[in-house]
Amino acid sequence: MGLKKKLHILKRKYRGSKMAPAFNALHTFLFLPDETTHGGTHIKAADDLKRTMNTVIMAMIPCLIFGMFNAGYQHNLAIGEIQAVTSGFFSSEFWTLNNFFIGFWKILPLVIVSYGVGLGIEFLFAIIKKHEVEEGYLVTGMLVPLIVPVDIPLWMLAVAVAFGVVIGKEVFGGTGMNILNPALTIRAFLFFAYPTWMSGDKVWVEGAVARDNAIAAGQNLDAISGETILGSLAQGKEFAYSTADMFLGFIPGSVGETSTLLILLGGLFLIFSKIGSWRIMLSSVVGALVMGLIFNQVVDAGVITESSKFYGLMSTPFWHHLLIGGFAFGTVFMATDPVTASQTNKGKWVYGFLVGFISILIRVFNPAYPEGVMLAILLMNVFAPTIDHYVVQGNVKKRMKRLKAKVA
Amino acid sequence: MGLLSKKDAKLITDPLADNNPITIQVLGICSALAITAELKASIVMAISVTFVLGLGNVVISLLRNIIPSKIRIIVQLTVVAALVIIVDQVLKAFAYELSKTLSVFVGLIITNCIIMGRFEAFALGNGPWKSFLDGIGNSLGYGIILIIVGFFRELLGSGTLLGFKVLGDPIEKTGIYAIGYENNGFMLLSPMALIVVGIIIWVQRTKNKALVEDH
Repeated sequence: MGLKKKLHILKRKYRGSKMAPAFNALHTFLFLPDETTHGGTHIKAADDLKRTMNTVIMAMIPCLIFGMFNAGYQHNLAIGEIQAVTSGFFSSEFWTLNNFFIGFWKILPLVIVSYGVGLGIEFLFAIIKKHEVEEGYLVTGMLVPLIVPVDIPLWMLAVAVAFGVVIGKEVFGGTGMNILNPALTIRAFLFFAYPTWMSGDKVWVEGAVARDNAIAAGQNLDAISGETILGSLAQGKEFAYSTADMFLGFIPGSVGETSTLLILLGGLFLIFSKIGSWRIMLSSVVGALVMGLIFNQVVDAGVITESSKFYGLMSTPFWHHLLIGGFAFGTVFMATDPVTASQTNKGKWVYGFLVGFISILIRVFNPAYPEGVMLAILLMNVFAPTIDHYVVQGNVKKRMKRLKAKVA
Repeated sequence: MGLLSKKDAKLITDPLADNNPITIQVLGICSALAITAELKASIVMAISVTFVLGLGNVVISLLRNIIPSKIRIIVQLTVVAALVIIVDQVLKAFAYELSKTLSVFVGLIITNCIIMGRFEAFALGNGPWKSFLDGIGNSLGYGIILIIVGFFRELLGSGTLLGFKVLGDPIEKTGIYAIGYENNGFMLLSPMALIVVGIIIWVQRTKNKALVEDH
């Protein structure tokens, strides 16, 4: 008897019981549902929530794979095992099995914890609240490992995921009802709860914290570290990465956000499959560029001099802001979240622009929070319904005017 | 109960749960967010409010027939202000460190909505004994929530309770810190107090469905 058949029988056995949603979810996750709807009018379409979610996950897979290679690469580079990449994206120093497996064994547990805890809570709530398990966590569960530092302790991730799913989503009524993007809620929780594990020069390189502990315990080793570019800039320090490194992603950072190139490909994939909103992505990039240009102009005008603590980030060429930090990842995969973003087309332009604009603003003016894009998206999530309200009201007013003109 | 009639006892027990000033009436939230990062501060705040509200309710109740209704708010404010100054001075004299932790929030008891609310809603229309019980009941209801929130915030945020290191020493890495546990810094920030209060509200209304408001 195949698994499918067994699940069918189990499903029938538990129909109407408390555990029914759990079996239904498992069944529809693995196989096509065997029920057909009766009565009423339907539209036959190939895309359902699961298809949508899977498309987004597919767009993120290259970032995940690259993140695994990069985790190993940063580790080996820091301990001096290998040389820095020299020959572009396909450098042989980067794409080695050794790099991959170091990253794989580090990142796989992050993925497992993220999905295990998150889906566990989803199943639990579905059983308690007696509704079907929703697919909403599929994307969140993949986003979470990509936006945390590689060295984050697993129990912290588990606590944060539990918090994010319960407080960020389930209390509002589950998938589709949340105000804030759950993945960013999880990251924000980590950021404020355990700041030492979310910033600084240790957590971005696999093994740096363990190495520090070993040194503290008296072993004779060299300390390793790797500061993100944003962190270096905020402290006015030099960094040794070229623009090409930033674009291709050979830099320290959260697991999946370093390679702007692969994020760009994922973004194009989302736009062509009509899952992600190109309006939000484009306007967000424009917003970031505008803010970056303003800062560059301020520096050029001589208002901010090198003695200022904002000089490092303000004088960064405006288009560099798109390449460093989590801006690209946040814009493509999180600002476009259809639940928490603006729903109207005009609203999307405003929403996206403000996401980009505020990201760079926070990034520059608050060196304690170098990653502004997280806070900017969460802030705009809150304002998205307000933006939509005014867009709809504006349209109503316009049409009323037209109606009056016709009557008169 | 021998000491209190059934009706009087209800004045004390009702605000503890089913008519709690914080979780049901959603009053006095500001101080619940501001001073609950430490259990000690929560307890002192709870005692201060009990003193002010218990005595204040009695005073207002005694004066209720001679206060012209047009200026009653000013009279109420004067009574609260006088009582709060007493609390503030006592704290400064006997617990200076603590009064510094509580800073302006002792003074801000004056603006605690629960106090003016009970004066207006209860003391102006009831006798002094009943008003006293009502005041004590409501401030205990307020205090219970404050202490629950303070307990969780101090335990999870600093790993201590009333200043004692119950979870071990985070710097020396003893207790559960030895296996990699770390304090949750978010617990020390005010937004987390709001979330903890929210969770209390959630639990309470799940247990007693009658408390859930209709939309």
